Amino acid sequence: MSNKSKIFLKGVADVSPLMIPVVPFGIIFGVLAIDLGLSPITTMAMSIIIFGGASQIIFLQLFSAGASSLVILSSVGAVNSRHLLYGAVLSEHMSDFKMTWKIIISYFLVDQAFAVTNSYLKKSSDKDRAFHSFGAGATCWIIWQITTIIGIFLGSIIPEKLGLSFAVPLTFLALIVDDFRKLINVIVIIISGIIATFGYEIIPFKAYVIVAATSGLIAAMILTKFNRFNNG
Amino acid sequence: MVEWSLIIYCGLITFFSRYLMIAILKKEMFTNRVREVLSFVPSAIFPAIIFPAIFLDVTGDLLIENNPKIFAAIIAIIIGLVSKNVVATIFSGLISYWFLIFVIFN
Repeated sequence: MSNKSKIFLKGVADVSPLMIPVVPFGIIFGVLAIDLGLSPITTMAMSIIIFGGASQIIFLQLFSAGASSLVILSSVGAVNSRHLLYGAVLSEHMSDFKMTWKIIISYFLVDQAFAVTNSYLKKSSDKDRAFHSFGAGATCWIIWQITTIIGIFLGSIIPEKLGLSFAVPLTFLALIVDDFRKLINVIVIIISGIIATFGYEIIPFKAYVIVAATSGLIAAMILTKFNRFNNG
Repeated sequence: MVEWSLIIYCGLITFFSRYLMIAILKKEMFTNRVREVLSFVPSAIFPAIIFPAIFLDVTGDLLIENNPKIFAAIIAIIIGLVSKNVVATIFSGLISYWFLIFVIFN
């Protein structure tokens, strides 16, 4: 086996355990999209073109609520802004990667692939180490497409009274559940949540996601500053 | 009907935010303070999806009393904190929700 395939397969193996939570997430996306009246082809196209769970779900939520394109796009941008934090870490390890690799990896780099790639690149200086990110990303991609297809099929079978749309808040809850251990995070969560809930009908253009998230972040800025002042 | 251009733009935004992160952003562009605030982004944005989906009914009205989703979400948070497992969090919430709507509230 060539060195490249070995590294590729290591990427596949490293990311595989992280695929377990992705399976229900992908299925839920497919089911919901069909429930909301999207065609199977549009649903599939979203998973291929956007290829980002949180982006796709927020797109569905806002689209079904009748939000304008501008609001949908800026909300997707806001959801993706969580990637900025990783940026500083990862770009250093990839500084000598070819442009083509950077483009390919950018398409594939969902959170799970990021996590394993980051710890691999910290240790490895192999000239073919880009294949690790590629292997991890391609694995995520295949799992995401397959689970979307399963969801599309199930979407036409699962009865509506099961209320599967409730899986959406649960999935996002699972992503931030650890933050409930930290007081400032809990305050930020509550502020953002309350503004979104009460602003849902009041804030124009369904911009409640943006308004709530911005308020939450401003609260975080103030609280962390205050916290530092107290500790310092 | 979802516009194809909208899907493509969303794809581009997602792609470029990742590209920005691996090809353009550098460590020295972030002060510790910026990094600290950025770490709150998930806590600031995800509740904006979570809360309305739990506390509002289909018509957009606030639903506090007899709302099985509130109980199910609390159970999911507890299970999530104890198990530290994403799948357990999602399914404990869903199963308790089904139990509530089909057995208790029925």
